[in-house]
Amino acid sequence: MTRVTVVDYGLGNLFSVARAFRAAGAEVELTSDPGAVRSAERLVLPGVGAFRDGMIGLRARDLVGPVVEFVRSGRPLMGICLGMQLLMTEGTEFGDTSGLGLVAGRVVTFGADGRPVTGKIPHVGWSKLAPAGRWAGSMLDRIEPGSSVYFSHSYFPAPTDPAVVLATASHAGIDFCSFIRRDNIQASQFHPDMSGAVGLAIIRTFVEQRG
Amino acid sequence: MAGVRVIPRLDIKGSNVVKGIHLEGLRVVGRPEDFARRYSAEGADELIYVDIVASLYQRNSLLDIVERTASEIFVPLTVTGGIRTTTDIANLLRAGADKVAINTAATARPEFITEASRMFGSQCVVLSIEAKRQGPGSWEALTDNGREHSGRDAVAWAREGVALGAGEILVTSVDQEGTGRGYDLELVRAIATSVPVPVIACGGAGSPSDVVAVVETGKADAVALAGLLHYGKSDIGSVKRALATAGIEVRL
Repeated sequence: MTRVTVVDYGLGNLFSVARAFRAAGAEVELTSDPGAVRSAERLVLPGVGAFRDGMIGLRARDLVGPVVEFVRSGRPLMGICLGMQLLMTEGTEFGDTSGLGLVAGRVVTFGADGRPVTGKIPHVGWSKLAPAGRWAGSMLDRIEPGSSVYFSHSYFPAPTDPAVVLATASHAGIDFCSFIRRDNIQASQFHPDMSGAVGLAIIRTFVEQRG
Repeated sequence: MAGVRVIPRLDIKGSNVVKGIHLEGLRVVGRPEDFARRYSAEGADELIYVDIVASLYQRNSLLDIVERTASEIFVPLTVTGGIRTTTDIANLLRAGADKVAINTAATARPEFITEASRMFGSQCVVLSIEAKRQGPGSWEALTDNGREHSGRDAVAWAREGVALGAGEILVTSVDQEGTGRGYDLELVRAIATSVPVPVIACGGAGSPSDVVAVVETGKADAVALAGLLHYGKSDIGSVKRALATAGIEVRL
């Protein structure tokens, strides 16, 4: 059975994530321990909330180094929501904050680039994934373009290299980055653990992908 | 744009789903596990569990039901009823809830909304408002399943709740609830156009066209449905098709 290690850095509800990975056939370990992160086979960085709180939570538990080392070793990492955002160079919520710097780019809110916002923020609910890159071989391999997934966020990553963006979604008149892949890193702005059968298929693909 | 969410609401008493009129006069309609499974298979975008006795007896009795259903249902689950402390919230999240909705405890101590949203994130904290019409364009927020007065104006309370950290508003019309005579469109619109966060309309849906009206006229971001679904008068697919036909985005 594939072992998946879920990083607990004090933000958000990890139980929903753990249950979904178990339903997808993984053996799940929830941990705040730097050693357990270093020795993980597959790592999940989940989380909800503000970017700054996320970095504070990781630093307070001495998890920044272990997560970065894990990624540099080439083993598979999946980021979810805030966990995706923290992979970026910099966040902009409550002031600019350095992130893990594993994917180049900033984390911005709807309309930060001057595009008009025509709906409510936070974006809460189901939106469709539109392909922006090759899904084959990624966690999105088994789902159809246009599948709906569940979002709950006000910020999203804006990667410097558009080639890392595999899917976008649209809300309030703004297309935004919803899924990224760079080498062994994959990450979703949506919550696959709350996205029904589509979400479970995405998680199952991650669990079954060759490391 | 996020699709309009169609959310079955299960009012739970002990181990049963019950349904009343104006939040009173309860009838047993089935088991929560069966309803949750069925609605999830039919395309429910979320589920809301209401522990309708908890705020009277000041205890949480829903944990077991949440735990039994959460391991097989992977859409957001909101639980409400009798939540008074951040420990209550932590226990519900551990059992499998994704969000909690708070009413009585928040009116008694509004800082509770802030404490909960700091600890669990705003996306986890829904302010539940049971509103009763007082006159034209005026509604009072009630508590304890519509039994007690809070003295608060429902629309002002919604705004205050968001300022305190609530990530969504669940607004139930006590006047319309259980009647099947349609939502209180004016109430939903007054709140939905006053707050920047999503508003879930609840209470009164008697047909798919009522649901279309509360989105088109009431500007609801999501709709909660109970009797319309529980008694088989309609189903989630029919409601979503009616919304889609009206040009409203839904997850099909």
